[in-house]
Amino acid sequence: MTTHKRRLRLSTVVDHAILIAGSLLMIVPVLMLVQMTSMPDLINMKTGPSLSIGDQWVPNFEKAMFQADGFSGINTGTRMLMNSFILGIGFAFGKIFVGMLAAYAIVYFRMRYASLAFWIIFTTLLLPLEVRILPSYEVVQRLGMLNTYQGLIIPLIASATATFFFRQYFRSIPEELVEAARIDGAGPVRFFFDILIPLSRTMIAAMFIIMFVYGWNQYLWPTMVTTEEGMFTLVRGIKQITQMLEGNQIPEYGRANMLALIAILPPVMIVIFFQSWFVKGLTESDK
Amino acid sequence: MKRAGFTSAWLPAMLLLPQLAVIAIFFYWPAAHALRSSFYLQDPFGFGETFVGLSNFTSLLTSAAYSRAAWFTVFFTLIVTFGSLSIALLLAVKADKVIRGAKTYRTLLMWVYAVAPPVAGVIGLIMFNQSWGPLKEFFALFGWDFKLGVNYFDTAFAMIAVSIWKQVPVNFIFFLSGLQSIPKSVREAALIDNRSATGRFWDITFPLLAPTGFFLLITNITYAMFDTFGVIDTVLKGQPGNNPMTLVYKVYVDGFRGNDLGGSSAQSVVLMVLVLALTVFQFRMIERRIHYT
Amino acid sequence: MSHVTLTALRKVYPNGFEAVKPASYTITPGEFVVLVGPSGCGKSTMLRMIAGLEDISDGTLEIAGRVVNTLDPADRDIAMVFQNYALYPHMTVRKNIGYGLQNRKIPKDVIAAKVAEASALLNLDDYLDRKPSQLSGGQRQRVAMGRAIVRDPALFLFDEPLSNLDAKLRNQMRIEIKALQRRLGVTSIYVTHDQVEAMTMADRIIVMNAGRIEQIGTPAEIYHTPATTFVASFMGAPPMNLLDGQIAGGAARVGDHTVMTDAPAAPGPVTVGIRPEDIVADPNGPLTLDIAIVEELGAHRLLHGTLAGQQLSVHVGKDSPATTGPFRAALKPGAVSLFDAGTGERL
Repeated sequence: MTTHKRRLRLSTVVDHAILIAGSLLMIVPVLMLVQMTSMPDLINMKTGPSLSIGDQWVPNFEKAMFQADGFSGINTGTRMLMNSFILGIGFAFGKIFVGMLAAYAIVYFRMRYASLAFWIIFTTLLLPLEVRILPSYEVVQRLGMLNTYQGLIIPLIASATATFFFRQYFRSIPEELVEAARIDGAGPVRFFFDILIPLSRTMIAAMFIIMFVYGWNQYLWPTMVTTEEGMFTLVRGIKQITQMLEGNQIPEYGRANMLALIAILPPVMIVIFFQSWFVKGLTESDK
Repeated sequence: MKRAGFTSAWLPAMLLLPQLAVIAIFFYWPAAHALRSSFYLQDPFGFGETFVGLSNFTSLLTSAAYSRAAWFTVFFTLIVTFGSLSIALLLAVKADKVIRGAKTYRTLLMWVYAVAPPVAGVIGLIMFNQSWGPLKEFFALFGWDFKLGVNYFDTAFAMIAVSIWKQVPVNFIFFLSGLQSIPKSVREAALIDNRSATGRFWDITFPLLAPTGFFLLITNITYAMFDTFGVIDTVLKGQPGNNPMTLVYKVYVDGFRGNDLGGSSAQSVVLMVLVLALTVFQFRMIERRIHYT
Repeated sequence: MSHVTLTALRKVYPNGFEAVKPASYTITPGEFVVLVGPSGCGKSTMLRMIAGLEDISDGTLEIAGRVVNTLDPADRDIAMVFQNYALYPHMTVRKNIGYGLQNRKIPKDVIAAKVAEASALLNLDDYLDRKPSQLSGGQRQRVAMGRAIVRDPALFLFDEPLSNLDAKLRNQMRIEIKALQRRLGVTSIYVTHDQVEAMTMADRIIVMNAGRIEQIGTPAEIYHTPATTFVASFMGAPPMNLLDGQIAGGAARVGDHTVMTDAPAAPGPVTVGIRPEDIVADPNGPLTLDIAIVEELGAHRLLHGTLAGQQLSVHVGKDSPATTGPFRAALKPGAVSLFDAGTGERL
């Protein structure tokens, strides 16, 4: 009996040890980033991350948010932060808007050419933007949309991930609901606003979080279509950050790391606070 | 479609319009364009183009740099996929098992999902910094003189490590949710039938997780091939030189930096074919899975 | 109160499957008609055609003297109660009940009055501000009824409304629905696969099988004079015993046993139908059964055994002795139904 108990305890200890090791693996690198934002650049340059906490948070934060470099002098942290929010929110909103409407048409209407529309739309799931990045760039260039928010956001929307997700979800809504609504005299528009949108609230929220994080974290596409510094997002500005490290006599670790920190903070916070929605939305799309 | 769908001619068309317009302009047009330019040679000064048939492709296949990148992509993809999948599976199994602190562990292990790949790359630069990088110093204890951006192997190692770190959380989330969807009665039945925890894992849990695992396998291959761009670009500091790079990175370097549009388009087409093959394989497997269950 | 008339109503799916073969019948005002049959027999499809949720392939459908074939469900003046209730999960009970009226642009105070009236009738007053997820199965069922009632429709449609409830609640709701229908006097069509529900609730039963109407009649007619072997075996629990028999010399025989002396049928093979409760224990009876199993049900017993090597069941009272082995029995007068051995139709 006692040996049994002891064995049980041992395995529990091992389980926790593994989980703690995993958690540390995830956290420690970012903690180092955080620690370095508190130190003067000179010390950072000499010793790198350490255990001491310095007093440079405020100056580093101010530098990161308000100091600009480059030719135009407008790519401050605040500016990049704003652009990141525009990209994240604009992308999430656009994706959900386009996806919900299309999924509604596909699931709830009897259409001619329904299967054709279905295939045209869902073929886009096969090829990520990265594969067709250059021709997409050319199209955006030809349309005169380089360095615009439309040019930044709309091409990213050009796939059917959200449509597919909402299609799956709509299909899981009991059929009788639309039948009851029809008997209750609700037409397609009324059904959409009175029944479908309120029912999908959680799913919309989950999708919003996932899409916001996805949009916020875009790198390759913004790097290509935004060349004006005023259009940079934080994530796209990472290149500037690494250049700050390389270029100067004393690399500006404090400022650069602070910018990196600001770049990860909003999406990380959203994912942590809305964890259950986010997890639900993410794993639901698998079906 | 639902049995009792609405019937209207214009409304569904209006609803589909935004989606169709966006994908027509920003998906089908570019994809067709890539396909077309892969058969043409662009004049370097922008004056027209010449049809060259398959020569863009043949020169790709004979290019040493391309096959180097292709082989690297294969190894990189395999290591990143299996590395992050196995770490995530281990953590998910443990997180599913423990009672105390389960929620805390879940949060701690998943939040890195929201870190952008290039920021992960920046963190990698700190960890492997030439003068004081903690991991670099750690390896030095074993006599490994880690040289990021100089030594081919070391650079590849850093890319892989960062890519795995970035990918563990999403795999963890899926594995954990897969584990939690295994019915309690099945676990209890297994508990009665098999006293070895390891045996139970391989005989019961692992096969039941196979659908999740397969889905993740495909997602991870796609991740390693495409979404690691930010990691690679940051780790290389935008200076590829003789360093390892993946095929997607090469498309970008050759086409955007090198202005070789035909060659880069041919590379895009090769990638498209690869992804299509992967997807067809995925659908086949899913079909088979449905047949068996 | 209104007539419903179906004339050769038919449903063919694009893949050629004929879900409902041409069906014609008239339902009189205030009547409670139950469509019963095994799953896949076309009863739900027929109901959904009447509701307008399924296109009508052929024939005409009249409700209250109006051909409604192509009308939208909302314009047919009907109300429907669904199997899984189909309540709007995000709306309160009050909104659920009033939603159909709201869509008809009925003034708010009228809606409020009607909802109050329906909720009083259904004992839902305490739950008006709850969401469906906070209600029990029976309460949800009542809300679904309320949603149908407030509309004052010409016709109620019920699609297996009780199948999600447990047995006890089902019995209770059966009585409630029936009482409510009596009180409101609204013509109703009720679909179920449960023959007990059909027998207990219906004014008239329509038995369907494989897209075809097998028989239309009152519960008593259906039970006592089933038109086909299908009806005979589907209605009643345990079902009517169906035995292979012969007509010879004007008598119907099963093996060596004569079950009917003046059979109104030509000589040859027939199917002999006998209700289990029409076989009574009789020490001097003409039949000798071999009983293998006795099921004790308290108020009565079911004996399962064979007659001339063919399976049959006997329903006896609790006072009747019951053991396995030989069992002498007689038949009640008029107990035997004869069916064509080939087509299964009543002779």
